[in-house]
Amino acid sequence: MIRNFVISLRSTALLWILTALIYPAIVLVIGQLVFPYQANGSLITDSQGQVVGSALIGQTFTEEGYFWSRPSAINYSEGADASPTGISGASNLAPSNPDLLSRIEAEAQRLEDNAVQPTADLLYSSGSGLDPHISPAAAQAQFDRVAKARSIPPQELQSLITKHTEGRFLGIFGEPGVNVLTLNLALDNR
Amino acid sequence: MLQGFVQIALILAILVATAPLLGRYMARVFLGQSTWLDKIARPLESLIFAGSGITKHPSMGATQYVSAALISNLVMGVFVFLILMFQGSLPLNPTGLAAPSWDLALHTAISFVTNTNQQHYSGETTYTYFSQAGALGFLMFTSAATGIAVAIAFIRGLTGQAIGNFYQDLVLSITRILLPISLVGAILLLVAGVPETLAGPAQVTTLEGATQWIARGPVAHFEIIKELGENGGGFFGINSAHPFENPNNFANLLETVIMMVIPAGLIITYGIMAGNPEQGWLIFWMVFILYGILIAIAAVGEFQGNPLINQILGETQPNLEGKEVRFGWVLTALWAVSTTGTMCGAVNGMHDSLMPPGGFVTLSDLFLQIIWGGQGTGTAYLFVFLILTVFLTGLMVGRTPEFLGRKIEKREIVLASLILLIHPIAILIPTAITLAFPDTLAGISNPGFHGISQVAYEYASAAANNGSGFEGLADNTLWWNLSASFSLIAGRYVPIVALIFLADGMARKQPVPETSGTLHTDTTLFTGITAGAIIILGALTFLPILVLGPVAEAFNLV
Repeated sequence: MIRNFVISLRSTALLWILTALIYPAIVLVIGQLVFPYQANGSLITDSQGQVVGSALIGQTFTEEGYFWSRPSAINYSEGADASPTGISGASNLAPSNPDLLSRIEAEAQRLEDNAVQPTADLLYSSGSGLDPHISPAAAQAQFDRVAKARSIPPQELQSLITKHTEGRFLGIFGEPGVNVLTLNLALDNR
Repeated sequence: MLQGFVQIALILAILVATAPLLGRYMARVFLGQSTWLDKIARPLESLIFAGSGITKHPSMGATQYVSAALISNLVMGVFVFLILMFQGSLPLNPTGLAAPSWDLALHTAISFVTNTNQQHYSGETTYTYFSQAGALGFLMFTSAATGIAVAIAFIRGLTGQAIGNFYQDLVLSITRILLPISLVGAILLLVAGVPETLAGPAQVTTLEGATQWIARGPVAHFEIIKELGENGGGFFGINSAHPFENPNNFANLLETVIMMVIPAGLIITYGIMAGNPEQGWLIFWMVFILYGILIAIAAVGEFQGNPLINQILGETQPNLEGKEVRFGWVLTALWAVSTTGTMCGAVNGMHDSLMPPGGFVTLSDLFLQIIWGGQGTGTAYLFVFLILTVFLTGLMVGRTPEFLGRKIEKREIVLASLILLIHPIAILIPTAITLAFPDTLAGISNPGFHGISQVAYEYASAAANNGSGFEGLADNTLWWNLSASFSLIAGRYVPIVALIFLADGMARKQPVPETSGTLHTDTTLFTGITAGAIIILGALTFLPILVLGPVAEAFNLV
């Protein structure tokens, strides 16, 4: 009993050093030295060199000249609620919850008022609340509005959308998605 | 829809290709044969053994083994509880987080030491980098290793060998299996875009001028052991749906396969260690078929979407509530079935927002516990079901039941029943108590039948040591933290103790020579009967909950 206790204490200490100190330190050093962009959160900058976000994290867009993101239960970790740690979260509404239906009815109305034909991903809120993507169909639904607001030739806008669409992995796994932030940043930088 | 099922088929093919490789490797490790890691691992192991005061590795008796497992888990749990309670004074706390409430810290420590990783908190707002990497990340290795060690001891006992030395198997599981794979996997995840930094959250001004706080941290090394060790506790609140935990479909593929590869591989390991690979493969395919059926149910449900919302859309669209665009309906459904089946508990989409078939399947996974099953323990439960089936079929034909040439007697059946019965006890009794006080205790966030699922799911997840949840539930309360802790402990340690005594007892029995009347367990017929026994026993116990929860909700939606 006592012997077991002593062995447990000593092995806990040694395994802790191995798995909670040495192992993370190795990954941290490799990350910071070899892959600093990814290791620090894939932060991207605008034309002035100002950090405007992360290529992997979505943002809220409301202006006519931007593509809009999906609904987020946490407002894309923006504003006072997110300070200082940053947050993530989902609605966790059940399919049978009346709140889901009324929220989606309101969202569909808002989109239709702005001449956007609702797609599933634009009505349903995302899992992380930070989803950087919309479906290609959702981008097409907003095409005319953005083209008009920015007076951008349709071919140019289409090629920008294509450029910022991430396809399936190996052409098979997952669903294609248009990265809203990098697309909007590219629109600003034209 | 076809494209979706092609994705599922390919991922399952990858699993079938990789799990036996790992299974064979694990068998080599625990049979003491040489592997290509010897040169690096052996000096490291000698150092750990010498430093821990383990000079020889005699096989332990059941009592000795159990006390070693329980005491070491207790020491680790207390150590982590103390780190969590004093995190405010410890380093790597860039956002100045204070200590959590004692009951939350207690629940967290128990949840991680039991390989469950049920989280009544959001990582980014509650625990410091030191607590996450130094306390929780540590338990992710040791709790998974404890599970593997117990499974190996169980396999040894069943096949008539001495059960082995707990500390030796614990250390070998880490140095030979968990740590090497994690190191490679963490680097792959880094390349894919998962951060690994000690810098605090990035504060940025968005394109529209709002202020956004982007949580970061040492995620990559944490993420891979989270999946590999079937731990499932996210660095961030929203787990593997978070783009920093699971940024793209390369990462998602890696994480999906790696969470299943050890429990699937351990079945093959068993076949090799028992000298009967055929039996291993039969069980493998039995689980595979059950798994495939459950995937199909969940995936079709998500694909057909929510009828109420489809009316607004004017067409049938998949249910995307709580899902990420990049994963879509199919990879979220596959993940949901895999994570609840394997007791990983990580999520890449919200289970609370799954359609009723998805809720049905995830709950069924938690009730059955053998659709691959928990790290190590799942494989052991499979054999408990085999033993019970031998007993049932033996009764039918009036023979003394035997398994692997050893008689199944009263002691074995008592211990197997205990393993089987502790699960409903740890789920149904607290569920009943909690549902009796819906306003004060339950914290239900979704009305109607779904609320019953929320409460049952939380205890099922705790008792099965899974850790996923119907996360709308307001569960960071004194009641939930303490009552879920009861289910966590009962669901983990009662079966472990019973498994070890069962295995040790089997190992000490005189082998019975095989005769013409011996019931062979390595046949398709017997495996089919086992599958039937698993489903009937599971259904008899838990059908009322499934009917009151997801089934009723499904009828309500039409």
